[in-house]
Amino acid sequence: MRLFRFIPDDTSIAFMRHRRWSFPVSALLIVASIVLFFVNGLNLGIDFQGGTLIEIGTKDGPANIGEIRSKLSDLGFGDVQVQEFGTPNDVLIRIVRQEGGEEAQQEVVIKVRERFQDTVEYRRVEVVGPRVSEELTRAGTWSVLAALFAVLAYIWFRFEWHFAAGAVAALVHDVLLTIGMFSVVQLEFNLSSIAAILTIVGYSLNDTVVVYDRIRENLRRYKKQPLSNILDLSINQTLSRTALTSITTLIALIALFIFGGAVIKSFTFAMIWGVVVGTYSSIFIAAPLLIVMRFVPGARTVEPKQDASVGKSDKQPS
Amino acid sequence: MLYFSRWKSFLVLGVVLFGILATIPNFFSKEMVAKWPSWLPGQQLVLGLDLQGGVYLLYQVDKDEYRTTRLKALTGEIRRALRPSGEKIGYTDLRIRNGQVQVTIRDTDKIDEARKRLEPLVNPLVSTLLSVSGTSAVNEFSIEEEGATFRYQFTESGFDERIRGIVSQSIEVIRRRIDELGTTEPSIQRQGTDRILVEAPGLDDPERLKELVGTTARLTFHMVDTSMTGEQAEQSRPPPGTIVLQSVDSAGPPSYLLQENAILGGEDLVDAQTTFEQQTNEPVVSFRFNTSGGIKFATITERNVGRPFAIVLDDKVISAPVIREPIRGGAGIISGSFTVESANNLAILLRAGALPAKLIINEERTVGPGLGQDSIDAGEIATTIAAIAVLTFMILTYGLFGIFSNIALLANLFLIIGLLSILGATLTLPGIAGIVLTVGMAVDANVLIYERIREEARQGRSPLNAIDAGYKRALATILDANITTLLAAVILFALGSGPVRGFAVTLAIGIVTTVFTAFVFSRYLIAQWVHARRPKALPI
Repeated sequence: MRLFRFIPDDTSIAFMRHRRWSFPVSALLIVASIVLFFVNGLNLGIDFQGGTLIEIGTKDGPANIGEIRSKLSDLGFGDVQVQEFGTPNDVLIRIVRQEGGEEAQQEVVIKVRERFQDTVEYRRVEVVGPRVSEELTRAGTWSVLAALFAVLAYIWFRFEWHFAAGAVAALVHDVLLTIGMFSVVQLEFNLSSIAAILTIVGYSLNDTVVVYDRIRENLRRYKKQPLSNILDLSINQTLSRTALTSITTLIALIALFIFGGAVIKSFTFAMIWGVVVGTYSSIFIAAPLLIVMRFVPGARTVEPKQDASVGKSDKQPS
Repeated sequence: MLYFSRWKSFLVLGVVLFGILATIPNFFSKEMVAKWPSWLPGQQLVLGLDLQGGVYLLYQVDKDEYRTTRLKALTGEIRRALRPSGEKIGYTDLRIRNGQVQVTIRDTDKIDEARKRLEPLVNPLVSTLLSVSGTSAVNEFSIEEEGATFRYQFTESGFDERIRGIVSQSIEVIRRRIDELGTTEPSIQRQGTDRILVEAPGLDDPERLKELVGTTARLTFHMVDTSMTGEQAEQSRPPPGTIVLQSVDSAGPPSYLLQENAILGGEDLVDAQTTFEQQTNEPVVSFRFNTSGGIKFATITERNVGRPFAIVLDDKVISAPVIREPIRGGAGIISGSFTVESANNLAILLRAGALPAKLIINEERTVGPGLGQDSIDAGEIATTIAAIAVLTFMILTYGLFGIFSNIALLANLFLIIGLLSILGATLTLPGIAGIVLTVGMAVDANVLIYERIREEARQGRSPLNAIDAGYKRALATILDANITTLLAAVILFALGSGPVRGFAVTLAIGIVTTVFTAFVFSRYLIAQWVHARRPKALPI
């Protein structure tokens, strides 16, 4: 059987040369994301903003969005969003946080239920009060920062500070671009979006570490080569793996996006974007950053434990 | 790397077999699994509320309300202490101010006696927490003396202790109430110092549960002050010692003027049931007092024949009947505008007792059974399609070795689901997403290894050498790559909540099983193949 080769075996693409455009492009995208974040803002879900989310299913035929909206308009809730959700029979109603503390939020559900009575199926009701939404915002922010810090510490421990800085820069790049994407598409940003961002952090790092591992190995093998050659060589050597893993992960995510139901659609969308960005950043950002930081291979401090084992297997393969 | 000793092979196969065995119960119904011999694993996946439908309610003790009522009660205690049936001590200016209760003794020559009576009111509590100093008694109030004026104030630790106590009591009350519903297996837990989390899976009527849990259900009986109507009192000002309360009884006036002090309370009840009034056939709640309550009720009704009294639930008048004759049996009936369900609810609430303080909902998440089932179906379809697509892709790319990694991937799925079942972890919708994501990423380890083997083979190594070197060299990379993802999962678990936690758990378990199946199990498969075929060239 002839096997597919998605990436030819001996590529020698000069990736490092591309940093001439990849750095400015990424910088531009990051600035754009930050600007978007402040100008456009995020479409914060009730997890972080407080408020009420009600998903209803009609019992007879497709839902009439306009009719539902007009039924809710005179209840005096302020901003009410009504949209189709998944199937034509399902409607998602989002109502902003009401003035007046925790109990005012409960009133909303009671009034909406009074208005629709038993004519619809209440598929999902979520009410988040001001206190919990504040706590969730804090926990969400902390978890992303803690993840970045833990990663910084781990890479520093396993590699050198140049690598750690490069990896974290690439991650910050991924996180910012993902937030920018959320802002552009105005996709609801909720708890599962934080989960998506952290998974993107994990995935992108995974990619970066594979490339870095190969760089470290090649640095030991080809002591005389200039750094940019070694970086190019390492990326080319791992290119086929990078592509294959991205493809299988994307296959799984796209299946989830199409068939996984409306509830996790925003999660999978963010993940798909994150995998693309994460793959790009480990090749075009994380690796060339080592050159920018003037990483000098000769000045490396030797880590006795690892060098010994890898070094041995280099010389006498068993 | 390709040699597996007998016990090692045994161990590898044992782990995979364990995964399969632990997964099997999920394919059968609960009843069938219950009949299995006990040595077989019988745990099934616990589905999260988002998959099986249910209610998640996070309550918080209303501290402000508690503070106010407690200070009011303390005022009453002070009044009784200074004006007992025995020797009275003159006082003035007894009031609540800035979160403090203050009182000034007028009979200054009796100040020592006053102090003796006022000091016990600081209410020593036995702390449930071990304090640093070793003493475990704290006072609820601190007392401060300035001339003839005494000021009471909550101590911080005393107040916290009371809130903790309220949470414990409330949990008991809520449990009794939900048990009356009888259909669900609720989980009622303390969260932090002042919160209670109620989770009830598979419930059709979340509103009823909310009503049952969130109602304070403080029942009191008051005499009605007939000197003026509720509306009149509202417009002028209620005379001292009386209050105006709204009525929920559609038959009577909208509000009543009542004596502030209750003549009896819900704590004197021993039973409550829904019955039907014989003449009108309307649902009513019949109740019985305990002995002392019965005697009190008899005396009061004897003295007040012809006058109305009010039955008050949580500061709302349910009904205000006129006492036609003395009620001596210690039993009574509450009628109002009840439906069968609301009468039932009230009976349950009265039987289970009142909550010691008001609870406020901080967060509510309800998933209907329909959406839960839809999510399960969607998750199953997505997982199946993702798995088939990835499996096909791997065979197209790596041929025979792709089949090895596919077997490893299936073993991985079994291990994930098996471990989740054994650990009793909860599977949520994001958790399913975690599994699908793991399917996609799990092949990464195999891809790393195979690409390495290809490279080594291209450099002219013999098949055996290439495989061996490929596995050996890829190990460090696989570990590094997976540990970093594991870090993200651990942080997600530590800081996340609810469904997101479910995602973190599956992700973390998936990483561990992936490293095992991709690095150990697939290597075992390839080793068997190498030993059987002794290949001259690698089909990769």
